[in-house]
Amino acid sequence: MNNKSITAPGQSPDLILERTDLIAYLWNVQKEHGHIRFKDIEAAAKALDISTIDVEGVISFYHFFSRYPTGEFTVYLNASIVSEHKGFERVKEAFESATGGQFGSVDPSGQFGLFETACIGLSDMEPAALINFHPFTNLNSLKVKQIVAKLKQGADPADICDEIPDHVRHTPEEDKVILMRDYDHGKSVAKLAAIQPDDVIEEIKKSGLRGQGGAFFPAGLKWQFCAAEEGEPKYIVCNADEGEPGTFKDRVLLNSRPGLLLEGMIVAAYAVGAKEGYIYLRAEYRWLLHKLEDEIKRFRKMGLLGRDAGGIKGFHFDIHIKLGAGAYVCGEETALLNSMEGKRGEPRNKRFFPTQRGYLQKPTVINNVETFCAAARIIELGADHYLTTGTETSPGTKLISVSGDCRHPGVYEIEWGTTVREVLDMAQADRPHFIQVSGPSGQCISIEEADRALALDDLPCGGSFMIFSRQRDILGILRNYTSFFKHESCGLCTPCRAGNFIIEKKLDLFAAKLGHRDDIEDVKSWGKMMQMTCRCGLGKTAPNALLTAQEKFPEYFETLVDQNPDRLSKRFSLKDAVREYDRFSS
Amino acid sequence: MNDKTNGQASQASETITITIDGKEIQTEPGRNLVQVANENGFFIPSLCYFPEIEPPLGTCRVCTCKIDGVAGPACTETVRDGMVIEAETDELIDARKAIVEMMFAEGNHVCPGCEKSGNCDLQHMAYELGLQHKRFPNVFKNRLVDFNPKRMIMEHNRCIKCLRCVKEVFTDDGKAVFSFRYRGNDTRVGIDYEQEALLTSEQAVRAMELCPTGAIIVRGEHAKPFGDRRFDMQSMQKSAPAADPEIVLPKEKKTVATVSLAGCFGCHMSLLDIDLKLLDLVNVVEFNKSPINDIKKFTKHCDIGLIEGGCCNDENVETLREFRKHCDVLVAFGECAVWGGVPSMRNTIPLGECLEEAYLNAMTTVDDEFEVPYHEDLPKILDKVYACSDIVDIDYYIPGCPPDADHIWRSVLSLISGQQMPVPYSEFKYD
Repeated sequence: MNNKSITAPGQSPDLILERTDLIAYLWNVQKEHGHIRFKDIEAAAKALDISTIDVEGVISFYHFFSRYPTGEFTVYLNASIVSEHKGFERVKEAFESATGGQFGSVDPSGQFGLFETACIGLSDMEPAALINFHPFTNLNSLKVKQIVAKLKQGADPADICDEIPDHVRHTPEEDKVILMRDYDHGKSVAKLAAIQPDDVIEEIKKSGLRGQGGAFFPAGLKWQFCAAEEGEPKYIVCNADEGEPGTFKDRVLLNSRPGLLLEGMIVAAYAVGAKEGYIYLRAEYRWLLHKLEDEIKRFRKMGLLGRDAGGIKGFHFDIHIKLGAGAYVCGEETALLNSMEGKRGEPRNKRFFPTQRGYLQKPTVINNVETFCAAARIIELGADHYLTTGTETSPGTKLISVSGDCRHPGVYEIEWGTTVREVLDMAQADRPHFIQVSGPSGQCISIEEADRALALDDLPCGGSFMIFSRQRDILGILRNYTSFFKHESCGLCTPCRAGNFIIEKKLDLFAAKLGHRDDIEDVKSWGKMMQMTCRCGLGKTAPNALLTAQEKFPEYFETLVDQNPDRLSKRFSLKDAVREYDRFSS
Repeated sequence: MNDKTNGQASQASETITITIDGKEIQTEPGRNLVQVANENGFFIPSLCYFPEIEPPLGTCRVCTCKIDGVAGPACTETVRDGMVIEAETDELIDARKAIVEMMFAEGNHVCPGCEKSGNCDLQHMAYELGLQHKRFPNVFKNRLVDFNPKRMIMEHNRCIKCLRCVKEVFTDDGKAVFSFRYRGNDTRVGIDYEQEALLTSEQAVRAMELCPTGAIIVRGEHAKPFGDRRFDMQSMQKSAPAADPEIVLPKEKKTVATVSLAGCFGCHMSLLDIDLKLLDLVNVVEFNKSPINDIKKFTKHCDIGLIEGGCCNDENVETLREFRKHCDVLVAFGECAVWGGVPSMRNTIPLGECLEEAYLNAMTTVDDEFEVPYHEDLPKILDKVYACSDIVDIDYYIPGCPPDADHIWRSVLSLISGQQMPVPYSEFKYD
């Protein structure tokens, strides 16, 4: 990256390092030694002329960096709610009994490290795990036993991992397919030669394309802001950190149409006058890295990237990949930028848009994978064609990742305006009851609302669509979400750092049948407080599922709590409280 | 992000108008909103905000306002012409209080035992917001108290993760001394011993002064006596304290019971410190079960129960439950009753370890001659010290260690008469 070789200390005595390469350097060390040693930290600190605590702060922020050995084979088993429902516990036990290890640690022989992790983007094939970052899906006790046996015999996880299918289950009628239609290299870029950068922005604005990551900011406007900035150089950043539990549509795009993404980024670069682009790829998708790198190489060979990209004189643009290291919050755009700069992935204050001060404080367009892909298609097909799909207020199509209790989990390209019921029918949902739209940070709806349309003015959906049947325990779902947010909070602001933790404790009380009537109101008001005061989107949206569930299923919550008429807290158990002392009785 | 937007006006000649809670204010563009609001008689509390740190940190969220209809921190805002701000709505005030309560619940903030008490921004904000107790349960995590640094002691239990030290304390070489480590609820400030040793004494003291709580303590810097501290006497809120209302006392005497559980009787001593007002008190109340008159058992149902101390053994629990049954209104008075106080400092250590350390492994113990006391006549010790509200519902709280006599008097009078008696800033204390 930046023509500089990043090497672990063992490989090269002269460490050349820039702060922006810190994460890549730490990855090299982590891969080579299975953990990051203090001498590696010292080497990085020396090369960057910073204190070691600065480096330690970065390492400890990311889930996949470890200061302790993580085993020859490092297993990250997905603990998301879909995995939990599909047999997470049994798979976990199977790993423990097959390896002799325990989750959260490395087995005594040092061969297997077993760890839980947040959603790894394989919700259509749960339970799933990454072993040395290679995907293993549809796990069950037998399969785990076989995998562990093969690994013990010396198999390489890369050779025995699963081939990941795309599971594209539905596309609109022929002409209306936008994203999932066949892809030929260079079609969008070829259009650029004939039009001015401003025309590109106008075309995108005309199409009404909005950010498809869930915030739905108008893409054309964002590009226009960036184009108008005077700062140089400008950057194009692709947010390929789809961490929202239940989402995997960007995985499918990256796997099946990496070129479409690159073209979208080239289109954006041309529109705003950027020279460099980055794809921030989540570490959970490291198995897609080579595919992306190969595609970039192919683009360079074809002249679509590099000097005079796409044959346009004076348009020099190239794309590099930066790998994340395990942090959901890095999907927040300013946290992502900090992470790219080699820092802790903490969201920035919202004083400036990234288009004003983004990567390295320079004007930056940051969009997610699907948005760039859609932008490429709009240039290829024309905004007018795009506008023939979807609804008046929500034009175009949307990829949604359907998972949970249904027969056909997978990616559905739907026109905006499709109803929830249509999706449920296509997926052959099993007695749907509770549907989580846009993931834990989105909202839940009950089956009674199935005629609502997925559209910006009704039910916006960022991509995750999790179906839960009547037999699923709502509290169990909400506890899984809260625990997820507790782990993924960056820790910077009080209401998110402490709030998720405190709410988790409260839900534990409900689960233990120790809830009082007042607790329901408490959770409601604490959640609202978090929505109002948190620093970034993660914190503000963390209580969404809980609050919407309370709204949609009030009678269910009533069953979780008791009145407290004598005003003595039943939570306090004298018997439990004196147990420890009683062991001194003899 | 290097604009110098703080404090000073960028162009002194220009005037703009902003609206705070309906009041129009003339000011200069580019100034910090917290400062402008506070200068104009509005109270926007803040904790991580430190005028010298640019850009502002925006981490604690205590200054949350509604700015042009959108909730956000005031400290990261610079004033613009036509800006409309909601600053003191009930919703905002409650949210701010909740955030400060979260900070107290998340750490172990034992004001009576803290070197920074009286000079602590967190404590000060809690006073300003009138925080009597926390709506959240205490976490009682056993965080590190780090004596390794050369000049400093890092008390991680008191850290509120404001980021001030991380962003502002550097060696002369420009290297960071502090950095956040880990994330989420495990986030803590890491200190670089090597770099810390390079700080000058002045730089170390500045780091301590920068810390809004007692998390960074410089060795040899002694706590200041009461009265000399920054937050002893004067509130920063401009509004004058409300005048005492005319008190109309009820004709019938109210019955009051009091008890000291896991406390030191200091709160009862403070109660006696109301001096001559004791004579007024006996005119309006009748004491039932209380150490003051040595009545051991409830003889009738009471109006008010005053509880000193939390619960550290089964007898405390039993007594407290009895009080709940016999009293209409229960008041927890003093830090121990409110949240556990000094005795709850043992909550971070398992009970077994505490007892073994005290009775079996102490320096004076002789082998085989000592055992942990356990007898049917002795109360059983609980696994940890509980706040009264963990055991029964508590109606009112009077903080303080002990609460000021006048504070108790005013609170009791408010309860008896039903008229709110304001408690002055100088009497509302946690130590």
